[in-house]
Amino acid sequence: MEAQIFANGIVLGALYACIAVGFSLVWGVLNVINMLHGSFIVLGGYLTFFAWHHFGIPPVVMLPISAAIMFALGYAIQHTMINRVVTRPVLTTLTLTFGLDMIMYNAMNLAFTATPRRVTLDLGRVDFLGVVLPVDRLGAMILALALTGMLYWLLRSSRIGRAIVAVRMDRDAAALMGIPIDRVYAVTFGIGALMAGATGALVAVVFPVTTNLTGTYLGKAFVICVIGGLGSVPGALAGGLMLGVIESFAGLWFGPQHAITVGFVLMILLLIFRPTGLVGRKGYE
Amino acid sequence: MNRAFVLFGLWVLVLATAPFYADNYIVRLATFVCMYSALALSWNFIGGMAGYPSFATAAFMGLGAYAGALSQKHGLPLPLAWTFATLFVAAFSALLGWAILRMRGHYFAIGSISMVEVLRLIISSWGDFTGGGDGLNVTIVAGGPDFVARLFLWVMLGIMLLVFAVTVAVDRGRLGFGLRCIQQNEDAANMVGIDSTAYKIAGFTLSAMFCGTVGAVYASWVAYIDPTDSFSILLTLKVPVMALLGGAGTVFGPVVGAAAFVIMEEVIWARFLQYHYAILGLVIVFLIFFLPGGLLRIDYKKMLARIGVGRTA
Repeated sequence: MEAQIFANGIVLGALYACIAVGFSLVWGVLNVINMLHGSFIVLGGYLTFFAWHHFGIPPVVMLPISAAIMFALGYAIQHTMINRVVTRPVLTTLTLTFGLDMIMYNAMNLAFTATPRRVTLDLGRVDFLGVVLPVDRLGAMILALALTGMLYWLLRSSRIGRAIVAVRMDRDAAALMGIPIDRVYAVTFGIGALMAGATGALVAVVFPVTTNLTGTYLGKAFVICVIGGLGSVPGALAGGLMLGVIESFAGLWFGPQHAITVGFVLMILLLIFRPTGLVGRKGYE
Repeated sequence: MNRAFVLFGLWVLVLATAPFYADNYIVRLATFVCMYSALALSWNFIGGMAGYPSFATAAFMGLGAYAGALSQKHGLPLPLAWTFATLFVAAFSALLGWAILRMRGHYFAIGSISMVEVLRLIISSWGDFTGGGDGLNVTIVAGGPDFVARLFLWVMLGIMLLVFAVTVAVDRGRLGFGLRCIQQNEDAANMVGIDSTAYKIAGFTLSAMFCGTVGAVYASWVAYIDPTDSFSILLTLKVPVMALLGGAGTVFGPVVGAAAFVIMEEVIWARFLQYHYAILGLVIVFLIFFLPGGLLRIDYKKMLARIGVGRTA
């Protein structure tokens, strides 16, 4: 029983990590709290759902397409709007992304209505030492981990990744080294949206696709960033996995309706006692 | 400055006398203007003066609504229930502020937004005490619709005036100076001996407690509350936007912003209910890019002169 709950938690946690990692990247590098993140994920989910529903395109194929579309959207939003106020106080940038989120939420509600939809693949189950997991969830978990790993590799090894890390460490020094700050910001925000779009394709298989979930996803990103500490891929991964496991056990012990509350309460406690998170470190990698 | 106070006095008079020259629809609108003015003035302590991104307005208003409604249900008379709600929210926010205000802006923002969600979840799932998702009926104030409309207009106006008076006092006193120092440069403020944490907690508590009063009064006014409506994410964003629209950190800005916003909402939005969220978003985008200082920072003389010059040329 415990093993099953733990396994469920890990599957959930891998998805949570994927939800949070793009949000954490944007926060860490741009110093912007991206309130749009939840809507990005849900839009990725809609793209995946409609491709599957109307054209029979499987979510796995849709994942890179959704990611690419969201990258373009994120890049455009940062390039045309957020870049203009990115050095202003949090209040300004946060209010702006909050407002943009309202527009996006409203647009999605009008276009798709809030009716929950779902991609049902039904690929069977895997039974391993008494732990039973549906194959679609398992696949989503593996892809989530792979995506998180790819982001980690990108930041560590690619030219643009090194530029992003450099800008995070010292914006002015990076500018003096000839790094085009505005472009790096736009790419970073684009990558944040890309991760959200990809995550959207994954969660479409596991959770219902509905605009009602934008706030829930955003809330997960908040909690994970606080648990894992801001500014690192491993931190987001650890935070995501922890939250997944904690929520699974909290659902078992206190009843499923309290599982989300437990995560939030944990976050508030951490904010009080350990504001840098459990694995907080400097430099985004 | 004095002219501004005279104008403010006239505005209060216009609001207060609404029942004598207008129908109940306008009285209701005036009540909303007072309510949102009180909320925006409240937010201004922490968000405007100290520059801290607080999005917890709905949390405090919702908490006040439930504290008022529940204490009334358990036998407290109306004015005492409202007072209790105020004190309860003040104590709660002081504790919360102590917890999350030791951090800088970003974490505080996250903590404050999450508070709305946390309280909503707790109230929803604590069904046997709060009524849960079914909501809670609040005792209707007796006296007929005309009397009730007047009563709540004047009570809300009273709260607005109270918060305004506190704003003026804070603005001219040590606390306001300290909060503004924190906004400019928190490290420097600390360095010159301002206990920034204590100042922030004081500002945060002030910004919360009157939201509690407003919430409790609102609950009695509408006579029914539920978690989704009380802890509304729309409200939590609207109130800072009102303050920003008028001019954050100023004494009159929130009043101007709230009035402009509510009237605009009534005139324009009421016709496009489906686009409610989107229009709020567009207002924000416009505000941030074209009106960064708010309505009060616009140099109207210069603008008029430019129009004048345009005509003669």
